[in-house]
Amino acid sequence: MGSLFRSAEMTLCQLFLQSEAAYACVSELGELGLVQFRDLNPDVNVFQRKFVNEVRRCDEMERKLRYLEKEIKKDGIPMLDTGENPEAPQPREMIDLEATFEKLENELREVNQNAEALKRNFLELTELKQILRKTQVFFDEHEGGTNPTESMTRALINEDSIARQSGSVQLGFPEKNYDPEEYYPCFVAGVILRERIPAFERMLWRACRGNVFLRQAEIETPLEDPSTGDQVYKSVFIIFFQGDQLKTRVKKICEGFRATLYPCPEAPADRREMAMGVMTRIEDLNTVLGQTQDHRHRVLVAAAKNIKNWFVKVRKIKAIYHTLNLFNLDVTQKCLIAECWVPVLDLENIQLALRRGTERSGSSVPPILNRMDTPEDPPTYNHTNKFTSAFQALYDSYGIASYREMNPTPYTIITFPFLFAIMFGDFGHGALMAVFGAWMVLKEKPLAAKKSDNEIWNIFFGGRYIILLMGLFSMYTGLIYNDVFSKSVNIFGSSWKVSNLTLKYVESITTDHMLDPATDDYVQYSYPFGLDPVWQLSKNKIIFLNSFKMKLSIIIGIIHMLFGVAISYFKNVNFNNHLNIICEFIPQVIFLTFLFFYMVLLMFIKWFMYYPTNEPTEIVYGTRCAPSILITFINMVLNKRTPYEPICETSNMYAGQEGIQKFLFFAAFLCVPWMLLAKPIMINRARKAAALHNTNHNQLHSATENGDAEQPMHNNTSQTPVVTQGGGGGHDEEPMSEIYIHQGIHTIEYVLGSISHTASYLRLWALSLAHAQLSEVLWQMVLNKGLTVEGWAGGVALYIIFAIWGSLTISILVLMEGLSAFLHTLRLHWVEFCSKFYSGAGYAFQPFSFEIILESASQAKEE
Amino acid sequence: MAICGPKLSLCGLIISAWGIIQLALMGVFYWIEAVALAEDIPEIGEYHSLSDFYSKMTNGYQQNAINCWIAALLYLITMALSAHQFWLNNRSSLSV
Repeated sequence: MGSLFRSAEMTLCQLFLQSEAAYACVSELGELGLVQFRDLNPDVNVFQRKFVNEVRRCDEMERKLRYLEKEIKKDGIPMLDTGENPEAPQPREMIDLEATFEKLENELREVNQNAEALKRNFLELTELKQILRKTQVFFDEHEGGTNPTESMTRALINEDSIARQSGSVQLGFPEKNYDPEEYYPCFVAGVILRERIPAFERMLWRACRGNVFLRQAEIETPLEDPSTGDQVYKSVFIIFFQGDQLKTRVKKICEGFRATLYPCPEAPADRREMAMGVMTRIEDLNTVLGQTQDHRHRVLVAAAKNIKNWFVKVRKIKAIYHTLNLFNLDVTQKCLIAECWVPVLDLENIQLALRRGTERSGSSVPPILNRMDTPEDPPTYNHTNKFTSAFQALYDSYGIASYREMNPTPYTIITFPFLFAIMFGDFGHGALMAVFGAWMVLKEKPLAAKKSDNEIWNIFFGGRYIILLMGLFSMYTGLIYNDVFSKSVNIFGSSWKVSNLTLKYVESITTDHMLDPATDDYVQYSYPFGLDPVWQLSKNKIIFLNSFKMKLSIIIGIIHMLFGVAISYFKNVNFNNHLNIICEFIPQVIFLTFLFFYMVLLMFIKWFMYYPTNEPTEIVYGTRCAPSILITFINMVLNKRTPYEPICETSNMYAGQEGIQKFLFFAAFLCVPWMLLAKPIMINRARKAAALHNTNHNQLHSATENGDAEQPMHNNTSQTPVVTQGGGGGHDEEPMSEIYIHQGIHTIEYVLGSISHTASYLRLWALSLAHAQLSEVLWQMVLNKGLTVEGWAGGVALYIIFAIWGSLTISILVLMEGLSAFLHTLRLHWVEFCSKFYSGAGYAFQPFSFEIILESASQAKEE
Repeated sequence: MAICGPKLSLCGLIISAWGIIQLALMGVFYWIEAVALAEDIPEIGEYHSLSDFYSKMTNGYQQNAINCWIAALLYLITMALSAHQFWLNNRSSLSV
């Protein structure tokens, strides 16, 4: 198993595969997922490659499957996802698959077409039914309901005659002394979309100059449009007119408005008969439609059982042929040549997979895996598991580590939650976070199986181990800060006692009491673990906490940075880069230690030497004479004396402090030109020496040329690995001026960086202060209001206010503050920590793996 | 009968679990008269003597302890309701 401290050792391999065995071998490698193939014919067009045909067939199969899937989803049939992972089928199975899909697709298309035709038929019949029913109403109205048996034409004529005769009321049958044909009005009946009615009416009126008579009625139930499947509302209309000219005009208008016209017999008896016929036909159609639907459902249910499986198979085949397209064809066409990056530790596994592939294909010639030397930088591959992958992702998103570079991930597993917890220190909030993280970790498998496409949830779930650790560490720092939702707990008994407090004094003070450790209030031994709970109620809490937390964050920050510099030592040792150790690592350590780590030491000296006292004899070690670390440090750099009060006798913490400080400062100062110049000068000298050596050698070489031919050959091969070994520096071809500029930038970055980065670690204090204050304010402004309600109503008030306080705590303190603390921690790791050693100039190892391909395919589908 | 949706019932479940634990503990702390919670009891206006002040403080502490337990009890009811709703929602989503 590879270690996480460095990326895995990779090697470039050449792979010779027999044409028949290539497919099976690549399939086995895809299951393994440890090989990254290189494109050996990058200048060949995608359409000119060898297996284009197969890829196309796969595409076609995928299209059919997508069509099937769409139909299945339309019917709401659940797709069986057993999560099983079928092996890539043999190439000959592909034909079977193709045939199956073809058959299924055709069947489905046919069924769909039939269903559509049937539905159209059904729609027409329903419309006709509606027309017959509605027109009946029109006729009935016209006849005033008195004579239901009379035909409507007659009734209309009746009306006409009424109009002509002006007044004489005539019900029933008119006299038969005129030819009905003469007055016989024509009519058309049809169905039109309801929203078109007003325009249709106006158009009719205008085009026919008011000579037509339109009646319409709405169909209450919506009808289904067979082509789109939408529910549409329609109206029945009937138009009366006289003469052929009007008839053509009316028909044209109907056509223009996409109205469907239906024949409607005049005689009521005919109509009734027709209605009966229509009804029976609808009945028949319904049964046929039901059968069609059943058939379609059966086909889809059968397909739904296998569709996921088929998708996996087709995608695997496609991936294999895509990969085969990257290979080179041997001249004899008998074998395929591939080049691939392979982790050295997994060579055995790959050999085994290849052997399995050969056996499966029944080929006799084993594939040949050949290690090659290359000057190229191999890809970076870190063996991660579910726990470390989230931490690795934090650095991968900053920059993929260079090949075989020190990987900061293992240390980050501890430092990241710890720095986070310093900013997020509250036992209650930490516990909430830890419970959430623990729940995700414990329910890992069912939650992972759900495959939610909620992006925020996926981020949380991906970082579940980080969240759990952050929560646990925050609980620890919360105990140190003695904060539980901003309240302190007194577990071991406070180290402060009440003395000399009179009733008068207590009544006179309006705010909190100031704690002075120099008085008898302090029992002279400290609270055993973390912060004394009494500070919560004191007036000088913030002053005390600020000084404590600021020092703490600087101490932790400088240790963190020193650790980063130390990692750079191991990186250089690994790359055999002694120049970097002498010219960069040593002065860097000296600079950081002599200036900043010295400041940390001063803090500890101050903590150990000075104590609160009011005794005049011990005033030198009292709070009054304790020197300020910041002033001391500034004066050390400015080379000035620190002023002090006469009673304190000295501004020094220990004897000889000034001399030592001067030495430290000048030593650190000397490191700057050392960092700036030493490396370029050394490189320059080495180059000159090499040039001299080369000319000497060439002379020697020319002298012995006719003697021994093997000598130069041997020399060449022995020199190349040296060049590649020094690849860590990569200064081999750079001109000197660029090396100087590069080193200048590097030095300035480091020197200024160590100052600004030290200050940057103060964010640990700032955010922790902000968090503590915010949670205190929330308690005071919200929960306190519920707790101070008098009497029994307080219980109910508390019930409501607790819910408000709880949701505010989650949303503001845990989510928002947690996010901000997370981002600041990330920044401290990326900028302050990584800048000391991390080059991050590599590229990621992207193995050919079915797992990754299937994952990305299913994600792309859901989007 | 499902009144709340799945999300609301889950939310009620979580907050009532939290409420029961925290409020029960706070009730205990009030009962033992924790100094840290001295600011979180109803204000005492007038008092005649020191013993009167102490007795009023004790009263306030005890009242608040009981109030906390009442609220915890209310959350227990809320939890039972939400759990029932949650169960109903889960069952109905399974049956569909």
